Amino acid sequence: MIENRPVSTAISHFVLLAGVAIVLFPIWITIVAASHDVARLLEVPLPLGLGDQFFENLKQVVGKGVEGSTPIGIMLFNSLVMALMIAFGKISISLLSAYAIVYFDFRFRMLFFWMIFITLMLPVEVRILPTYEVVAKLGMLDTYWGLTIPLIASATATFMFRQTFLSVPDELLEAARIDGAGPMQFFWDILLPVSRTSIAAMFVILFIYGWNQYLWPLLVTTDKNMMTIVMSIKNMMEALEETPKWHHIMMTALLAMIPPVLVVIGMQKLFVKGLTETEK
Amino acid sequence: MSDSSTKGSSQNPSHIRLKGVEKIYPNGYKAIHGIDMEIEEGEFVVLVGPSGCGKSTLLRMVAGLEDITHGEVYIAGRKVNDLEPSQRDIAMVFQNYALYPHMTVYKNMAYGLKNLGTPKDEIDKRVNEVAKLLELEELLNRRPKQLSGGQRQRVAMGRAIVRKPTAFLFDEPLSNLDAKLRVQMRLVIKNLQARLGTTTLYVTHDQVEAMTMADRLIVLKDGIAEQIGTPMELYDRPETQFVAGFIGSPAMNFIEADLSDDGNTLQFGDTKLPLKEKLSNQTSKITFGFRPEHVTLSDSGAMSLQVNLVEHLGAESIIHAKLGDSPITLRLNGHIDAKNGDTLKVDIDADRYHFFDKNAGIRI
Amino acid sequence: MWPASQAVYQSLLVEDAFGMSSQFVWLDNFIELFEDDHYIKTFGRTLFFSAMVAMLSLSVSLVLAAMADRVIRGTGIYRTLLIWPYAVAPVVAGALWVFLFYPTTGIISTFLTSMGYEWNHQLKGNQAMALVVIAAAWKQISYNFLFFLAGMQAIPKSLIEAAAIDAASPAKRFWTIIFPLITPTTFFLLVVNIVYAFFETFGIIHVVTKGGPANATEILVFKVYNDGFVGLDLGGSAAQSVILMVLVIGMTIFQFKYIERKVEY
Repeated sequence: MIENRPVSTAISHFVLLAGVAIVLFPIWITIVAASHDVARLLEVPLPLGLGDQFFENLKQVVGKGVEGSTPIGIMLFNSLVMALMIAFGKISISLLSAYAIVYFDFRFRMLFFWMIFITLMLPVEVRILPTYEVVAKLGMLDTYWGLTIPLIASATATFMFRQTFLSVPDELLEAARIDGAGPMQFFWDILLPVSRTSIAAMFVILFIYGWNQYLWPLLVTTDKNMMTIVMSIKNMMEALEETPKWHHIMMTALLAMIPPVLVVIGMQKLFVKGLTETEK
Repeated sequence: MSDSSTKGSSQNPSHIRLKGVEKIYPNGYKAIHGIDMEIEEGEFVVLVGPSGCGKSTLLRMVAGLEDITHGEVYIAGRKVNDLEPSQRDIAMVFQNYALYPHMTVYKNMAYGLKNLGTPKDEIDKRVNEVAKLLELEELLNRRPKQLSGGQRQRVAMGRAIVRKPTAFLFDEPLSNLDAKLRVQMRLVIKNLQARLGTTTLYVTHDQVEAMTMADRLIVLKDGIAEQIGTPMELYDRPETQFVAGFIGSPAMNFIEADLSDDGNTLQFGDTKLPLKEKLSNQTSKITFGFRPEHVTLSDSGAMSLQVNLVEHLGAESIIHAKLGDSPITLRLNGHIDAKNGDTLKVDIDADRYHFFDKNAGIRI
Repeated sequence: MWPASQAVYQSLLVEDAFGMSSQFVWLDNFIELFEDDHYIKTFGRTLFFSAMVAMLSLSVSLVLAAMADRVIRGTGIYRTLLIWPYAVAPVVAGALWVFLFYPTTGIISTFLTSMGYEWNHQLKGNQAMALVVIAAAWKQISYNFLFFLAGMQAIPKSLIEAAAIDAASPAKRFWTIIFPLITPTTFFLLVVNIVYAFFETFGIIHVVTKGGPANATEILVFKVYNDGFVGLDLGGSAAQSVILMVLVIGMTIFQFKYIERKVEY
């Protein structure tokens, strides 16, 4: 309420709106570009408003693919499978390992914690080479498992769930014990429900993480039918460097961003809450 | 700020003046209903009421932290409605103290003066003076989190005092302290205020705190000022049943009673109580009130009570009893030997009857 | 279940050891790297890139968060609108910005050219760098904004009110009260942003510049990929990986220490 003068409030709103405009400008342009035909996108200046080719482009891209590539529909499906496998796989493994680290007093617990932490905190980008060789040896190239397992095994989520579990009061465990709950019951009946905000937040983060993976899929997939939508964009831009078919590229880009954007916005409340509360 | 300041100062000697102050939130909820009051220079006025009664809102309106929807607020003769908190020349002590966690005690106290452009040596002098007054000298280089609750409280007060403001505003400053410290700090604040002679508006929900500290108090309920007066006025002559029940501990006893047609006797249950003076009211439905401490045991007593429980406090005994279905509390000196099921006969001090209209809750 | 997940971890431990098992060449590779001017330059370029991304993204989101914290109504709407870029894949983000800055037809590049500023990031190294910095920072604004806003909203209102009574102007309140109190958040975000710029911008660079022109935008992660998978210098690439690992570990430990540090109100 302090100094809630109309003028200063108006300035704040103005700055925010300008910020939003700048941040969303590229996304708007994507939509615009996806709604024009290719000829219009080579004329300078480019349009700032919507054209009438949106559904035409959509049909072409989703059904037939661009320039003989796989139809985007298949890639969307691949991306979805990959994102979901990564999100669920990572959440279950992380929940269990965080549970073990926080609640079981086995020897060298801290050593384990740091080992997991250090080895698995490493982004895939850093351990590409060794990981690639293992996956190749196991014959998992061009499979969903090969796509996801190396990405599932990382400690980021373990670490966040550890933080969540640490904030659960000890009395809860004691009360559950008195009520006769075993370790697994405590985990299912108490810990999971209590941690559902952070699980939701992790789901959003990991879904996006999985969906947006680029370098790893690029390495392990050679089969066109295993490609993900994110990868395809790069391919399109590369294949068409001379005369970029922007209308198709931007349509694909739009399709590639819709699922993660929907997830983030749909689960915004839980996501923001989980993110800012568990990470700090 | 200068043109609006002329009006109030000339004809009004009071230091803080509220004129028809109202607060209506954007959602239409009316938190404060037309409060009028005048606080004299150097007076210690306590705003008291149950939680949610609007007392903090009213204080914050005086401080400038909440907009004033209708009415006017004057401080030292200046209309302050449109002034920023910093321009009102007031200091405030918050319930959670609101000490800046990243600054030392010294910097916390110096912050306001620094913002006003006070010269460094003057700041230094004043902070040290106040630190001495509040026995904070040893703590000047500590951070708030290294202090105990009582110490933080004193720093919060020091921060207010150091500015030498026209008025102090306190928002439940003692509610985060334990009981013993609270009693101590009550005295400290009261003494300091008397010594500095600074006009003070103090908010609390604790009626004991209110009674012991205030020169005058305002009892607030649902945003309405039920009564304004000195502690003894409120105790002796509460204007509403709410005030009667709120002030005093244990609380006043209330009995639903019928007034006889001639207005000379009051009847409740089997008891007939003759009145000293004729009472007249629109209806015969009366709420009769008396304080637990205004009764005497007597074998010929007009009322017979069934004892339920006796609390022995040593110097006095609190007796919880029943008259018919109405619960009655008595507070008697010394050790009263009574137990559950006993019958006690009592008389009520006839000068200390209180009567309220049953429906309106207003004193008759 | 625990042994099972443990097994997965174990497999990964082996896998990492595998990467380091070419121990005999290990040191050689290192020495070679540190004697390699090109590598040192890449290192410096990565630092510069990260610093620019972190500064640009942090400052924009700090301003926006400060404003969103001030307005009473609409904070939620602004948050919803600003959260979008977080969900956009780096490659996709790269593609969008390339489109905007495409030398012959891009909306912004043609505008700049018409203003007399020749834009061609395919030829000019500093423009290429600027473009990847913008694209990378753009994507990170959402995340920073969320944390700054949460940090600011965690500050008790009474502190701000006390400062208002203490005659501090809005700007002064921000710099003397709010900003110092969100220092832990700022630190946290600084580390997160640097880690992000180091490791998660591969997609952006790959699609925008492929490290060019003339290596002007080649950062460490990109070089690992390039040397290993394009240049097939597996030993050198592995050694670079090890260096990156050490960096990540160092930064996460640093971050870990700050994570537990909170302001007490």
